[in-house]
Amino acid sequence: MDEGLVIRRQSSQDQVVALAGNPNVGKSTVFNGLTGMNQHTGNWPGKTVSNAQGRCEHNGRGFVMVDIPGSYSLMAHSAEEEVARDFICFGDPDAVVVVCDATCLERNLNLVLQTIEITPRTVVCVNLMDEAEKKKIRVDIDELSRQLGVPVTGACARSGKGLDALMDAVDEITQKKDALADPVRVLYAPAVEEAVKTLEPSLRECCGNALNPRWLALRLLEGEDDLIRSAQQYLDEDVLDRPDVQELLRKARKQLEEAGFDEQALRDEMVSGLVRQAERICIHAVHSDGHGYSSRDRKIDRILTSKATGFPIMIALLASIFWLTIAGANIPSQWLSTGLFWVEGRLAAFFGWIGVPQFLCDMLVHGAYRTLAWVVSVMLPPMAIFFPLFTLLEDLGYLPRVAFNLDRYFKKCSACGKQGLTMCMGLGCNAAGIVGCRIIDSPRERLIAMLTNNFMPCNGRFPTLIAILTMFFVGTGSGLGQSMGSALLLTAVILLGVFMTFLVSWMLSKTVLKGIPSSFTLELPPYRRPQIGKVIIRSIFDRTMFVLGRAAAVAAPAGLLIWLMANLTIGDATALTHCAAFLDPFARQLGMDGVILLAFILGLPANEIVVPIIIMAYLSTGSLVEMESLSMLRQLLTENGWTGATAVSVMLFSLMHWPCSTTCLTIHKETQSIKWTAMAFLVPTVAGIAVCFLFHQLLQLFG
Amino acid sequence: MNPIQPLTDLQCGQTARVGKLTLQGSMRRRLQDIGLIEGTKVECVQKSPSGDPVAYLIRGAVIALRAEDSAGVLVFCG
Ligand SMILES: Nc1nc2c(ncn2[C@@H]2O[C@H](COP(=O)(O)OP(=O)(O)OP(=O)(O)O)[C@@H](O)[C@H]2O)c(=O)[nH]1
Repeated sequence: MDEGLVIRRQSSQDQVVALAGNPNVGKSTVFNGLTGMNQHTGNWPGKTVSNAQGRCEHNGRGFVMVDIPGSYSLMAHSAEEEVARDFICFGDPDAVVVVCDATCLERNLNLVLQTIEITPRTVVCVNLMDEAEKKKIRVDIDELSRQLGVPVTGACARSGKGLDALMDAVDEITQKKDALADPVRVLYAPAVEEAVKTLEPSLRECCGNALNPRWLALRLLEGEDDLIRSAQQYLDEDVLDRPDVQELLRKARKQLEEAGFDEQALRDEMVSGLVRQAERICIHAVHSDGHGYSSRDRKIDRILTSKATGFPIMIALLASIFWLTIAGANIPSQWLSTGLFWVEGRLAAFFGWIGVPQFLCDMLVHGAYRTLAWVVSVMLPPMAIFFPLFTLLEDLGYLPRVAFNLDRYFKKCSACGKQGLTMCMGLGCNAAGIVGCRIIDSPRERLIAMLTNNFMPCNGRFPTLIAILTMFFVGTGSGLGQSMGSALLLTAVILLGVFMTFLVSWMLSKTVLKGIPSSFTLELPPYRRPQIGKVIIRSIFDRTMFVLGRAAAVAAPAGLLIWLMANLTIGDATALTHCAAFLDPFARQLGMDGVILLAFILGLPANEIVVPIIIMAYLSTGSLVEMESLSMLRQLLTENGWTGATAVSVMLFSLMHWPCSTTCLTIHKETQSIKWTAMAFLVPTVAGIAVCFLFHQLLQLFG
Repeated sequence: MNPIQPLTDLQCGQTARVGKLTLQGSMRRRLQDIGLIEGTKVECVQKSPSGDPVAYLIRGAVIALRAEDSAGVLVFCG
């Protein structure tokens, strides 16, 4: 959960501006456009999971913008929504910008009206004007502003249009200290208005200007408990518990009951009041000649989510992404490794020339540098291809469709369909997948999604899988057949991961996380043409470089360690041999050997380094020194006793073992619980050990 | 007047008006928050491969609901 929200002002003059809005309306795009930052954007609802802050200047004044998670209403359904809501209600922002989607303004106005009920310092930014135009929806900005009584600006955030005007409006509204025009007031049924009147004066008296008394009266009547609790804390005294207030509240409630408003009817009326008002406003401000949902999107949906083609296309898309990744990475990988190993030779020579002692030179060059070179040459090309491709799919709006297709099966496992989305994120990086689990409201279902996320191999594990698949099952020739074969097998491995996700989710919801599936709504956003150039640049710089940087930071010290272990003799053998021998009996039961298991253990900080460590360890004991191609690698592995069965075991274990340390830390941060972090560590590990053990036993039986 | 029936019965392409929500608690509120109240027009736009969930067009946005939930939304067809 968020540890509250601390605003970082650069100067005391800085104005704090909250960016609110429904999910997927482009808040983060507006935020990035204003602050020059690079918050994650993508075409699915719920990406923004924490409150990001950034600063921008306009007309010489400083503004701290706070990007808060999207929500449909200020009635919070989850802990994160509560943080967002509390910030608007009690965080004292100097202004609130509500970003709206011009293509479904009516629904967006619900949040706008709720925000205006709290503070008149609201600016409405109608985004996605370009999409509305395509759908033949015309939004009359001036009329809307007149109707709402607050400034409204139109924008197309993706191309940066309208952001200046937005900031002008924000600037203006934060300058006016008092005399704000009277904004629209949502009128509820007469009985409700009467009840508010009963309560309002005494609330005005006891909380002054701190909270809008009308709003507070409505919430008290509604009896929204956690909201009232937050309000109590904010007001810092027990004003709401004062006997006179309580007395009036009882009186008002009684009035309502007499008028036929029980608790549920009252809540219904509060929502209907907002929706009706939004409808009324839209009659004046929105003119539509189209049909709302574009026929193009419908056609695409019919193909991507139909009974006959939904699943085949999903698998085909996965396979083609893998194929492009594998085929595309082949040659750059070779160049990189040739280049980097050439540098290794030069480096060693240079060290010798400046008089570095031999052992130090060996340690740094053949230990640290070589492992680093391996990691870079094996990992960089597939990542640099996979991340952009994946981001394209994300921007297109395909991920929610995956969740839509898979939901039925998640329901059978008593889990949430949005888990499908978090699985997709896990393919990129498990830590990101874990954070993404915040989109799941039910705590139980969220935990299931977190505990099983690791069954989706992240980017750091693909190259390991690809290398092994290619070496042992496809053949190391290069060509179309080879890359296609690898891609298909990799897809099969992922499908196994999906199967395990379902199986384990089901098992969890029958045991430690018992419960029935909860309700949820999943919004399917319109398909959007991705901004290809931007996607490529962002995914390479933000994601690839980040992940690679982390791997490299781990690779060099790990290489050093392996080198030391291989060269440090204790008794009659090297430390490496000792360690491997210690792990060997257990590893054999799983169809692997001690070195492999050791590599997995050392790979805890970053999965990327597993294969390089295996290679380093074998190299240090064997005779081969030059490792330039996959076929030589295969030779090295077979010399060390690898067979097809070993390869399968390693792949199974790579798919199912402990999450990397970053992921573990993220899980701990998200759950705030050692117990669940330990579970998240154990679940995939136990699954992996069990599967490998079974596989090995079966082979022994029939082999 | 057409008979009232659960939203679940709607076929792809059919449109209906919401008559009554029988759902309770947070799901009721959530659907109301996205604008699904009495009188709102709903169109069934797409079924998922296994027939559940189903996506509906509600006030310009496409929202997928599970059968358990849409059964709690009673509508007038046509
Ligand atoms: N065509 C068009 N697309 C836009 C515009 N603004 C944003 N988008 C796209 O809309 C999608 C959602 O944008 P985000 O900024 O990630 O949305 P968000 O409101 O932060 O979403 P959540 O974090 O899920 O609440 C992205 O694919 C953007 O590229 C716009 O003005 N026009």
